[in-house]
Amino acid sequence: MPSEYRLILKHLDQPGYTPDLDCYLRHDGYHVLRQALALAPRPGPDGKPISPQEQLRHEVTLSGLRGRGGAGFSCGLKWSLVDRKSGKPIYLVCNADESEPGTFKDRQVIYKDPHQLLEGLILSSYANDVHLAYIYIRGEFVEGARILERALAEARAQGFLGRNILGSGYDLEVYVHRGAGAYICGEETGLLESLEGKRPYPRVKPPYFPAVLGLYLCPTIVNNVETLCAVKHVMALGGAEYAKLGTPNNTGTRLVSLSGHIQRPGYYEIEVGKVTLGELIFDPAFGNGLRPSRRLKAIIPGGVSAKIFKAGEKVKVKRPGPDGRELEQTLDVLELPYDFTSLTAAGSMSGSGAIIVLDDTTDMVSALANISEFFAHESCGQCTPCREGSLWLAKALRRLTQGAGRAQDAEYLARIADSIPGGRTICAFGEACSWPVQSTVAKFKDEFVARGKDHEARRTAAAQAGETAK
Amino acid sequence: MSAAAVVTSPAPPSSDTVNVTVDGRTVAVPRLLPDWRGKLVPTTMIQACEQAGVEVPHYCYHAKLPVAGNCRMCLVEYGLPALGPEGQPLRKPDGSLAVKKSPRPAIACATPISPGMEIYTATPEVQQMRASVLEFLLINHPLDCPICDQAGECKLQEYSVEYGHAASRFVETKVHKPKQVDLGPRIMLDDERCILCTRCIRFTRDLAGDDALGIVNRGSYNTLAAYPGRAFDNPYTLNTVDLCPVGALTAKDFRFQMRVWFLKETKSLCTSCGTGCNVLIGSRENRILRYTPRANDAVNVCWLCDHGRLNYRWIGRPDRLRQLAGSRLPAPTWDAALTEVAQRLRHAVPGSVAVVASARLANEELYLIRRLAQHTGAATDIVPRSGPGDAWLIHADKNPNSLGAQRLGISADPAGSRLSQFAAAIGQGTLRTLLVFGEDVTPRGLGPELLDRLECLVVSDILPNRTTERAHVLLPGCAHAEKCGSFTNVHGRVQRFFKAVEPPGGARPEVEFLRELLQRVSGEPQPDTAEGLFHRMAAEVPAFAGLTWAGLGDTGAARPPEAERVRPRADATAG
Ligand SMILES: Cc1cc2nc3c(=O)[nH]c(=O)nc-3n(C[C@H](O)[C@H](O)[C@H](O)COP(=O)(O)O)c2cc1C
Ligand code: SF4
Ligand code: SF4
Ligand code: SF4
Ligand code: FES
Repeated sequence: MPSEYRLILKHLDQPGYTPDLDCYLRHDGYHVLRQALALAPRPGPDGKPISPQEQLRHEVTLSGLRGRGGAGFSCGLKWSLVDRKSGKPIYLVCNADESEPGTFKDRQVIYKDPHQLLEGLILSSYANDVHLAYIYIRGEFVEGARILERALAEARAQGFLGRNILGSGYDLEVYVHRGAGAYICGEETGLLESLEGKRPYPRVKPPYFPAVLGLYLCPTIVNNVETLCAVKHVMALGGAEYAKLGTPNNTGTRLVSLSGHIQRPGYYEIEVGKVTLGELIFDPAFGNGLRPSRRLKAIIPGGVSAKIFKAGEKVKVKRPGPDGRELEQTLDVLELPYDFTSLTAAGSMSGSGAIIVLDDTTDMVSALANISEFFAHESCGQCTPCREGSLWLAKALRRLTQGAGRAQDAEYLARIADSIPGGRTICAFGEACSWPVQSTVAKFKDEFVARGKDHEARRTAAAQAGETAK
Repeated sequence: MSAAAVVTSPAPPSSDTVNVTVDGRTVAVPRLLPDWRGKLVPTTMIQACEQAGVEVPHYCYHAKLPVAGNCRMCLVEYGLPALGPEGQPLRKPDGSLAVKKSPRPAIACATPISPGMEIYTATPEVQQMRASVLEFLLINHPLDCPICDQAGECKLQEYSVEYGHAASRFVETKVHKPKQVDLGPRIMLDDERCILCTRCIRFTRDLAGDDALGIVNRGSYNTLAAYPGRAFDNPYTLNTVDLCPVGALTAKDFRFQMRVWFLKETKSLCTSCGTGCNVLIGSRENRILRYTPRANDAVNVCWLCDHGRLNYRWIGRPDRLRQLAGSRLPAPTWDAALTEVAQRLRHAVPGSVAVVASARLANEELYLIRRLAQHTGAATDIVPRSGPGDAWLIHADKNPNSLGAQRLGISADPAGSRLSQFAAAIGQGTLRTLLVFGEDVTPRGLGPELLDRLECLVVSDILPNRTTERAHVLLPGCAHAEKCGSFTNVHGRVQRFFKAVEPPGGARPEVEFLRELLQRVSGEPQPDTAEGLFHRMAAEVPAFAGLTWAGLGDTGAARPPEAERVRPRADATAG
């Protein structure tokens, strides 16, 4: 029986659990931080001492933790790329911009268990010799920002933050910075620009890799809210122990936001790869299936940027077989384990962990038009293909929902979408705005062609009616 | 010392090189090259391609601006040496290094090269990427090049022809944006033509230090704008018009005056301050229509201040002096005038002649004046001219050739300090003949009543003033745009300028009539080419030693000021 595995969500929905520090402390809060700060240098194999910070970073590497913001980049590797020799301060920024449509997981922690995030953030800061960290929070989370401010004040008052944290000699200050309402502020370098008070134009990489030239051109770590929470559990369990959760290369637990045409939308926590996409949608422990007499039509498996799956679609994935060797298997999309590797292998991604389920009442043209409007509105407009392409797609789809479609529009949309991604743009928004179009038009081509033909036929009929009326 | 040896170039390219292959041709390029500030940074693909003689089309990239990487026109494909599991380079059966093509393209303007890199600028994929960038740029762009002022200088037009699709597939409605935006006192903006390359923004922010320009709105609605409620008005705004690759920014001064392909362009210098920015004079039918910057990394890079750029109208003023005049003029011919003046000078008692020259005259002209003064025992000086300067191009010395005048021994130390001695000598009756070149001396302590006491006042100038009014012999001269010569800028760089337009009426270049006058006074033949004259000066005046006319080239040659002490004073009276 598939079931939830609540690690990050362990307490936050329990009756009587409140976001204040007392409650957190009653639940063993800041215990991991206390332990970490008490760590002593340990002699390494070569006799040289390994600093507590290095030890903590090593645990994160051992844990196999992958970023939960969208790209699934190894957290240990990200931390190891930080330029520690520059002599410049190292900053840590928590990405709390959560704006990928369909995603509503980070906010659960922010609103209901802010100290868990803070503990993860302080631990991560300590492990990376960071003395100044920021939480960049989505502008619409007005209350969330207040809750975080309150939590920070409480933590400061109790010595978990500020100077000489818990008598360890370690200093850390954390500031909450509110965004002004733009999806692109979630892209890490756009976020850094915004944090610096500028327009959130994502930076060109190379040379502006945050690990080297991040905030104020200093080495910077950007991690998602959930990633930082997971760090707390990595430190609590130990990296090797944490890695036993989930599946190889897809370790730990993951928050999943389930929405769309299902019976039990909501957020769930699973061991990564231990639950399939189908179970997430149909199992009573999760989505509990579609509404009566509805049939599954499509699944967006990782936020609207992810390539869509069509119900019944078969995908080829390479997975370790019983003997550990890689085996190519053909699976129905519903059989895909919900993890980073399988979804990528299946041609999509688990992205932000947001699954949107679409049943047979969905008009794919309208659904895609809706998604494309979002991207046209949110493109920062810095680089040509995305700036012009995102609105072009939205306009074409708008036309196709308003009776002015053409039979060739499916092809037209595909061609426009093909000219945007693949490294032609400054940031991954280029992929984000074109993948849904490429995949939806390809997999539901009949629907798009039929819509265009229908509009053409109506126009012809109307023109003929006009002729005869004369 | 040879002329070449004294040319200072900006940050010398590093000697160690990297081998890269551009479209199949392997070239060794410097590992480091100067960035927009001149700082040595890793060489980028676009620079490597340039060194290999391959032009990569680009809009947002400009060698003298920070890199933005936004237009995506410069996307290229590339490969890197393939590495084995242990990071060892893999070799092909023939022993050569195996190269693995990257699955993703890269922007040539921002991507550093690495050893063994192969850059492909002409693959079908690259061509397709360029064509689609152009298609994207054009979907919301007006298609009315024939009425656009940029036509002929437009990169959008140019690249569309070279790299574009035959037809656009766009069938949606275009985004409309503000058309005639009055950005500031000198600049108009057409937002529909703007391709949002941010060159103008980067120049204004990072070079002019003014945060006036920015982009408002999002996505395809992005619009270039000046800060709300503020005019785009700093001393350097017009450079953005040069930088704009399309017809979005236009100079109010020049817009819709002339199709650029009708302009004749002449290499010249700005004369509005001592920096001596290099310009091209754009003229047509003997009328000057604009100055544009001419690149010189040692002087103005590729920028001009607005004041200098626009300060050319006086050259075409209708009240220009165009005829010989004066009560002592025996006949209205140059021959008669010069004979008269030469006569006067030859017979003058030593000490009774003085010359007020101008630091707006060329080195060669000042050299002739120096010789003339030597022959007649005349004292000389110039009129200093100063005004506000800044930490960038604009210099407080508003004369273009103060240092030349100083090095040729024409100006006193400090410049202008001898003018009061001239006044006293006129008052005492010892100074009886005064030659004035290109200056109104009446506000400089040599008022009309003093000038009226002279036996002979010879004046050469361009525009009428209270000094020319009193001239006994008036010789109509030329603006620098009407002649050829050299100036020495405040940093000691000797630079050439050439004739763009004909002088009005009977006006003649000073260099010509000074030569004739000197010949008449000294009885010695003088070289009759700019080159010959320059070489004689270089042989005679130590400050010019080693310089040759040809060696000055397009960007001049530096002879740094020998000492700060003798630098022309910037804080002297305003002029
Ligand atoms: C267009 C775009 C939007 C993004 N939005 C978010 C976001 O809202 N929250 C987030 O954590 N990461 C977002 N990301 C991913 C971040 O760029 C970055 O990879 C992430 O914050 C790194 O954290 P992690 O390694 O802990 O996942 C976005 C990326 C792109 C390209
Ligand atoms: S890809 Fe889109 S969002 Fe990203 S920088 Fe370019 S225009 Fe902005
Ligand atoms: S006005 Fe010209 S220079 Fe400025 S952003 Fe637009 S196209 Fe570029
Ligand atoms: S800085 Fe001086 S020389 Fe340069 S353009 Fe301006 S006035 Fe002319
Ligand atoms: S020139 Fe614009 S991206 Fe390189």
